Parts: sequence; C-alpha cells; structure tokens
Amino acid sequence: MRKLALSDEILMQVEKPARYIGNEVNMVVKDPAKVDIRFCMCFPDVYEIGMSHLGIQILYDMFNKREDTYCERVYSPWMDMDKVLREKNIPLFALESQQPIKDFDFLGITLQYEMCYTNVLQILDLSQIPLKAKDRTNEHPIVIGGGPCAYNPEPLADFFDIFYIGEGETVYDQLLDAYKENKQNGGTRLQFLEKAAEIEGLYVPLFYDVTYKEDGTIASFEPNNKHAKKTIRKQVEMNLSDTFYPEKPLVPYVKAVQDRVVLEIQRGCIRGCRFCQAGMLYRPIRERDVEFLKKRAVEMIRNTGHEEISLSSLSSSDYSQLHELVYYLIETFKKEGVNISLPSLRIDAFALDVMSKVQDIKKSSLTFAPEAGSQRLRNVINKGLTEENILTGAMSAFTSGWNKVKLYFMLGLPTETEEDIEQIAVLSDKIAREYYTIPKSERNGKVSITTSTSFFVPKPFTPFQWTRMAKQEEFIAKRKLLSAKLKEQLNNKSIKYNWHDAELTMLEGVFARGDRKLCDLLVEAYNNGCIFDSWSEHFKFDMWVKSFENLGLSMDFYNHREREQEEILPWDFIDAGVTKAFLWREYTKGKEEVVTPNCRKGCAGCGAKVFHGGVCYEPRNDAGESLIQA
Amino acid sequence: MEIRIKFAKYDTMKFISHLEVMRYFQKAVRRSGLDVAYTEGFNPHQIMSFAAPLGVGQTSESEYFDIELHTAPSMEELIDRLNAVMTDGMRILAAEILPPPVPQVKRETAMALVAASSYLVMKKDGYEEELSKKELQDKFKEFITQDSIPVIKKSKKTEAEIDLVPFIFDANPEGKTTEYSGQYENGTVFYLLLSAGSVNNIKPDTVMEAFYAYLGKEYNPYAYQVHRLETYADLSLRKVSQQEIARRVKEGSMPERKLVPLLEYHKN
Ligand code: SF4
Repeated sequence: MRKLALSDEILMQVEKPARYIGNEVNMVVKDPAKVDIRFCMCFPDVYEIGMSHLGIQILYDMFNKREDTYCERVYSPWMDMDKVLREKNIPLFALESQQPIKDFDFLGITLQYEMCYTNVLQILDLSQIPLKAKDRTNEHPIVIGGGPCAYNPEPLADFFDIFYIGEGETVYDQLLDAYKENKQNGGTRLQFLEKAAEIEGLYVPLFYDVTYKEDGTIASFEPNNKHAKKTIRKQVEMNLSDTFYPEKPLVPYVKAVQDRVVLEIQRGCIRGCRFCQAGMLYRPIRERDVEFLKKRAVEMIRNTGHEEISLSSLSSSDYSQLHELVYYLIETFKKEGVNISLPSLRIDAFALDVMSKVQDIKKSSLTFAPEAGSQRLRNVINKGLTEENILTGAMSAFTSGWNKVKLYFMLGLPTETEEDIEQIAVLSDKIAREYYTIPKSERNGKVSITTSTSFFVPKPFTPFQWTRMAKQEEFIAKRKLLSAKLKEQLNNKSIKYNWHDAELTMLEGVFARGDRKLCDLLVEAYNNGCIFDSWSEHFKFDMWVKSFENLGLSMDFYNHREREQEEILPWDFIDAGVTKAFLWREYTKGKEEVVTPNCRKGCAGCGAKVFHGGVCYEPRNDAGESLIQA
Repeated sequence: MEIRIKFAKYDTMKFISHLEVMRYFQKAVRRSGLDVAYTEGFNPHQIMSFAAPLGVGQTSESEYFDIELHTAPSMEELIDRLNAVMTDGMRILAAEILPPPVPQVKRETAMALVAASSYLVMKKDGYEEELSKKELQDKFKEFITQDSIPVIKKSKKTEAEIDLVPFIFDANPEGKTTEYSGQYENGTVFYLLLSAGSVNNIKPDTVMEAFYAYLGKEYNPYAYQVHRLETYADLSLRKVSQQEIARRVKEGSMPERKLVPLLEYHKN
C-alpha cells in the first residue's frame, strides 16, 4: 500500500483530493534510497494548470532517464490545502514519493507568467525552505528557476540559487554531474554554486552586485565572485528531432486544462512581431522532422489514451511539412476516435479543408489575431496580417458554413491613437457586413463576432522593451472608447466584446521589466496575503497597492516611463541571441511604421545566427508566399 | 458486442471521484488497444456505462461497467490487456460477454440492474473510543435485531422518516477483510448487505449513523473505511420496471429476493 503524506481525514475535506496523491498514469517510480540526486520539479500554480505544461513533462522525462536521478513533481496546493498544511505544520511534499521537498537536492521551479511569483514564495514557505537564497545552508535544496520569465530573473533574484536561461535540454546534465561530484567530494553549497556559475546559461544571482542611480535606474551590475560570468548566454537546443521528448506523458485523473497530447512541431517564429517576447526569445525557428513527429504522435496517443492531439507552435502555418503531418494524423486517428486540434493556424484553403474534417463547423469558430485595428498600427507592431487577408479568409469560411469569428486585439500599443482604436470596431463590423453579403437562403443563421482585447505589456527582449506602458486610467478610457465605438456599428448586435482586467496588467508590467528591488515587494505582498494572483477570485489589488506604499516603491517607475537607449536594463547581462542593437533598430522602424520582412523572406540580422542553425541557414525562397505587404 | 467488466478500486485510488473514474477508463481502454466502438460525430467517445457509483473515499472490489466492442479477444486476454495499462489501485477482476440484445427490447444497463450491495465498514486505527471491540460488536447485534430503525432520509428536496429494517438485508459485526479491502490493527469490521440502486439506495454511512445514534453518540464518518464487496442484481425482479418496483415496495408486495452478483445475472 502506498503511504500518503496526508491522512484520509485531510484528503476527504479538500476539493479534488486527487491533486495530492500522485500515482498518475505513466508516473515514474524509483526507490529514492537508490539514487544520488533527488529533483523536485514545480509548476507554481494549481495542479490542473501545472499538469498541462509540456515543458515540465519534457524535463521530467529527461531527468528520469538518468539512473542516478529521481525527478518528482509538486504544484501549488490550492487555498483549502494551503490552510491545512499551515495549521498542521505539514511540510510540502512531492507527489511521487510523498516525501518532504526540503530533503531533496533540487527544487526546480518553472516561471511561465509573472503573476505566479507569489506562488513561488508559497511553495518555498510551505516546503519550509528559507525564502531567500542567502539564508539557505548545506541542508537545503538548491532552488533553480527556468522558463520564459527567467529571461528577466531580477524580480525573483533573492529567492533562487540558480536561474537556467534558455531551453532545458542542453546543460542540465552538466549541472547534475557537477552536483554529484561536489556532493561526493564533500563540497559546500557555495562551492557547488561556483561550479554552476561556470556552466554556460546558468546565472547565480548571489554572485552579482547591483547599484542604483538616484532616479532608481541601474548604475552598475557586476559580478562579485570570480567564477561568475559577465554575460549569461541563452541555451538553445538546435536539433529538435534528436532530443528529449516524452513518449509516455503523464495522464492525470483530475481533468487538466490541456487534456490532450501536445505535439510541439517547431520552436521559435519567423514573424518578428515587435510586441511578442516568445517570437524574439526562441529565435531562430527550428523545425522538428516530420517523421519524428508522426512517430511520436502515435506513441503518445497509445501511451496516454488521450482523445485529442494538439499541434503546438507559435505559428503552425509556417511549419514546412504541415500538410503532410496533418493529413497523416487525420488518416491515422480517424478510426480511433481521436480529435485533432490545430491552434494558431492561418485561415486559408488548407486550414478550411482541415477544419471541416476535424471540427463541427456549426460549433467551431474562426480565429484571427490582428492585434491592432488599423493597418498603420499593424505596421508599427510588424503584424503582417492585412484587412484583406482577414476579410477573404472570413468570407471563404462563411461560404463553407462557418458563422462564428473570434478576434484578438491589444489596447495601448505604442503610438496608438483614438483612430486606431476606432478601427477595431470598424474591422469587427466589416467582417459582419461581409457575412451579410451572402444571400439569406445560403447563410447559416446569424453571424457572431467576439472581439477581445488585452492591454499591451512591454516585455524584455522585444523592440518595445524601452517603451512607456499606458496607465490604468488610460487603459480604461481606451476600453470605454472601444465599447462606445462598437455600439455605433451597424452590426453591433452581432458583436460581443470581452476585455481583460487593467489592475492585473499593471502588475504584469511591473514584474515583466522589474529589478531586484521588487524581491522585497514580493515578500511584503505575500505576507499581506497575496497569492494565486492570476485567479481573479484571489487577486487582491488593494494589498498590492498597500505593499508598494509600505516599501516606498512606485508602479509608475516600472511602467510609465520611456526608457533611454543608454539605460542599463535589469536583463542586459543576458545574451539571448537577439542583440540590443537589433531591438533598438526595430523599435525605431516601428515608430516610423516600417515593416521588417520575416526570416524566410529576408534575414534582418537579429543576432540569432550565432546559434549556427535553423532558419538562418535555410536557402531563402523569395517566390514563397509572404504576408508582409509593405 | 457488449462486455461487462468487473474491477477493484482500492488503496489510494479511493480518492478518485466517479467522474474521474469514467474519464480514466475512456483513456485506459484506448491504451489497451481493444477494438472498441465509438459514437458518431466530431466528439467521438466510447460507448461505456457504469453501474452504481462509489463515493469518494470508499474502496471496492465490485465495480462494474459495460462496454461495446467491435471484436473481442478471449476474456482472459481482454483482462490481461486492460490490467497491463492500469495504475496501482485499479485492477480488472473479471469480464463476461453479455448475450446479444433481443430485437426491440432495450437492454438493461448495469446501473438499472443494481438491487443490493454488500460492504465492509472497517474502523480505522487512531479513532479509539471508550467501548471495546467486543462491546461495540455486542451493541451492534442488539442494534440490528430491533423491530424498527427509524431514520430521517434526506434528499435534495425532501426529508422523510423511513424504517431501515426492510432495507438491511443482512448485517453482522464479524466482517472478513479481503485482499482489496486493506485492514486495520484494531480489527473492528462490520458487514452490511443493503438495498441499493435508484429506488432504495441505502448508504452504509446511514446505517452507521443510526448505530451511533443508538449508542447515544455522534458518528464520525472519517473513523470508518467503507469497502464494497459485491454488487447484486435481483433475479426476482427480472424485466420489472423501476416504477413497478417502487409501486410494489409501497404496497409491500415485493417477491422474495434472489440476489446474484451482477456478473452472474445474464447466466441465470
Ligand atoms: S539571424 Fe536572420 S534569419 Fe536568423 S533569426 Fe535572426 S533575422 Fe531570422
């Protein structure tokens, strides 16, 4: 009988006890006493979200392939469980062995979005590990962070011993080997961290000192330990067809948000949208071999029994073998009751054919993400989707029976005017008008348009990293303006408007481009009860405001300030491939409304060529279709 | 063809809800590679139906579901293939091919056949009380031999007083633990055979609550582990509709029970 960390009585009194018992399909079982390294992998959000994340599954598989390592998992205990663990002083445990994490060698935390930062503190706190790295001893696990938010690790610098900058497939082995060697030699925590600091892509925040100018900007950022590197080079896996990819992903009992097989077909993006951090961080684009993907798709469905497979990438239509892959999947899985889902597909004849085969047209909707309402502003952000693309795409879908359209836009983009906002309403209406040009007898009922807006948050390593973010009241005014403009449209009854919360956006902005001063703010907010901030029912904006006041920090400093070209940005010590010169060039071109062609059309010299592969070395095919219409 | 499958859900799997069990088996059957039938349409799913759901926290060695296959291997192979893809705490125990459906007659689902369930109610360790094991057992015998055991039965809308006696088909304080039930050091185990199904579903906790009320104490449901031993159909009710059963219960004109385990039903 498996021994659980929690009594029946506790488990019977919390929501979804299956979140805490492990034993999922394909869980790895090892004897903890027979391994050298115990690693606990954490996604700092509730189980159903954490279990949906592909990155963790890749690392879980990769670590467990090492015989000397047992990788286990933990997710944020939900509020009801949080309360019980505190009251009864039960240390947070890993799902597999049900043993306390504080006794592990490593605690690895993936950082996927800024609003999970207080949950990171919850994990450390409940694990009974000191929050700050400087307070930890040889007895405590090494706390290591990774994922997209690690590209600006500074707001979390105090809480982590190491940050892993880049894709996990590359230097983890080196790190674990160094750890094992240090442990066998009886080395100290400090000695190990010094060794880690010498490995490419690893950042040990304790080994750097930051000084500030009077205005709060950074005066200097320097290593204080001779083992620490001046710049940290992002890690990239160049061969995605011959690397770790789980054949047997975990399948939870509780329904995960992603209750399906996820097939990552490529990494990176050729498009170069100027607001998009992922598009810049994961350069250059690298495809996985289509035969590799076919094989894995079949294995993963067989080993999980999932009823759906989803292709994942930033822009699936850019995958060169897409037709072959998709028709293969449809052919193979049709008889087996497996659905195929294809997000991020450009609407064209191929997409419509595929969609009509895999979805119920009456229920499914078309998705467009023009991001900005006017062509002018789309040029600023380098979003190569024209009104004509959208209208033709929508029209061919309408004539094939679709009648639902989802549109995604951002409010508050650099240089945005009232005219640009109004164009969002006009474009939404134009699509509806297109629909009603079809004779009534041939239409499939009424058209339904859902227009959604999020507020623009400038991110590190994008051309907009220097730009001023709008204030809360400006965002709200923009949203109200759009609401009013939508009401003026002819087809306003067919258009539904959804928007995001402005308060949460403010904090996202702060942490996205924040510095080390925010570490104390996080502790303060956490102590004031902030946790699960990305869950609207738990988000306490007033407590955040109070915490800023208590520490004499201002959100405006982080959000509403146009940064100078010369300013030392908190993440400048990271070399992500794309150069600061390229990003600045793109920022300038953006303001001049000049577009930059995608990587397959022409190389813009972003700097990612240093990784020696991917699209940068593909022969260019200028006859190929391009969406950029400068 | 339709197959009835019997499985055990035990150990830590007791924390998996009924809904989660249904999801689990949809995926497990696909992993097993059995030639299963899917519904038509864009969201195909397997044609699968479960008998009486088990409450979260309870274990069982007599859960049932029916599944439709295009072709089936031998039942031995089917059981092996399913067991090869089970997680710890889930085990396929038996399987039977159901007789082909009679034209024009709707098949009785496993769910509709359920007439009774037997349970072990085991005291967990760490919940000692003043009464010794022996005293508890003696009191239980007294309790169970009463002429009537009135309890308030609550449903979502109504509250009604009913007498438990006609629905307790058998009970004694000397239950025997099994491979799947687990066991506790204190050794206090009650055995209950209770009316089950959609008409008169009596939960073991209801009986235990009444027992503790008889002792003049408050019942702590966390102090006991409920384990389902078997789920029965009643041969005497073959082809009798649920409405008809309800009517006969009211009239007190129920025929003598002939309980058989669910998997035996179609053989009789
Ligand atoms: S170096 Fe050129 S081709 Fe390579 S990612 Fe950058 S812009 Fe694209």
